Amino acid sequence: MTYKLTAPLTRDAAARLRAGDSVLISGVIFSARDAAHKRFCELLDDGKPLPLPIEGSVIYYMGPSPALPGTPIGAAGPTTSYRMDAYAPRLLALGNLGMIGKGRRSREVVEAMKAAGAVYFGATGGAGALLSRCITSAEVAAWPDLGAEALMRLEVKDFPAVVVIDSLGNDLYDIGPRQYRERHGQE
Amino acid sequence: MRELDSRLIAEAVADMCIRANTVLPDDVRAALDLARRDEDGEAARGILDTIIENYRAAGPVPICQDTGLACVFVEVGQDVHISGSLMDAVNAGVAKGYTDGYLRKSVVRDPLDRVNTGDNTPALLYTELVPGDRVKITVAPKGAGSENMSRIAMLKPSDGIGGVRDFVLETVRLAGPNPCPPIVVGVGIGGNFDKAALLAKKALLRPVGSHNPAEMYSKLESELLMLINSTGIGPQGLGGRTTALGVNIETMPTHIASLPCAVNINCHVSRHVTEVL
Repeated sequence: MTYKLTAPLTRDAAARLRAGDSVLISGVIFSARDAAHKRFCELLDDGKPLPLPIEGSVIYYMGPSPALPGTPIGAAGPTTSYRMDAYAPRLLALGNLGMIGKGRRSREVVEAMKAAGAVYFGATGGAGALLSRCITSAEVAAWPDLGAEALMRLEVKDFPAVVVIDSLGNDLYDIGPRQYRERHGQE
Repeated sequence: MRELDSRLIAEAVADMCIRANTVLPDDVRAALDLARRDEDGEAARGILDTIIENYRAAGPVPICQDTGLACVFVEVGQDVHISGSLMDAVNAGVAKGYTDGYLRKSVVRDPLDRVNTGDNTPALLYTELVPGDRVKITVAPKGAGSENMSRIAMLKPSDGIGGVRDFVLETVRLAGPNPCPPIVVGVGIGGNFDKAALLAKKALLRPVGSHNPAEMYSKLESELLMLINSTGIGPQGLGGRTTALGVNIETMPTHIASLPCAVNINCHVSRHVTEVL
């Protein structure tokens, strides 16, 4: 199935998605990677508010290249998600419903996703030039000192992704390769 | 003795950083096109189409936002004198290329305090003295998604070719979807702990589709590619045939007690540009 999704997400929209579904995401998402996630958790440790509306949020694990003149953003593909695994469960517990990245997630993250009803999307790694075309505006939402790792608020239009792990914990990284091997008589 | 102004090196490096990050080399393009032809899964073909469309769409926007650590290999002829500092020239070139080319600055000054240096320096400079009076420069920006999935093993001589095969396969399986497959696999066998890793990195500089001149290793490259493409990991790890575009093996003599084996993984944005000054 291909779904058109609006971000931020509703719980119903997230619950409907299944591993393997294709989605086109439009609306407002936030990009954050290693350094911004570390700061999220430092703020939470100090009992301070997060610099983004977390309820229903979609967080894109991405640090762009600089925008060329006349464009909102440079190349903007996903970074490897497991580096955010140490931080993601805390955000999921607060209402974060979608993560976009690439690569495997830890068992702790998958359990936190199931508890929260959240979804993990995969975007095509290494396709940063193409994906940047789906981002219509980009502004630094916090921590400009982090450069490419700053928290950014992005407006996206038909951003293509695939549901890799759904809110039931089904994981396309297990299912897809297994189906390939079965098709080729290896299992 | 031939004189070479280090400013020419800086200019060449700046230009090569931009070209490497915006134009995918012909060997990788050809390998991707071939992989798309041979891929049999519908979703996998779609991903390869996206990857091919992406490299065609790149420039001046970089192919990938991770424009990497600037790995710069310089072979200096023994009969050339470089006026000025080679290291300063390479760093000046990297700073200029990454700034003028709108490339991402991905270097932190210290592995633990993690403050960005702001201009992607320092470069990772590898120098080698060679015969002649030329200076050969290769710029190979290396993303971290794939670099982080690389491994080294100090195997035993009794592990032999089977041990090498198993370790390479295990490394690719453990990496799974993380390094942005389809990947290019550089394997370094022999030397010692550090030389094996360097061999694996240098193996990635060889064109995809080329083979080690020794028949035993050429066959091992083909066998490993076949085995890796039977894992089903596929493009982006979502299932398919195309897990790797190529396996390049480089070797060197080693100790009677050692069989070091390093695997350096590269993503499909396998970048390298060479120039001779």
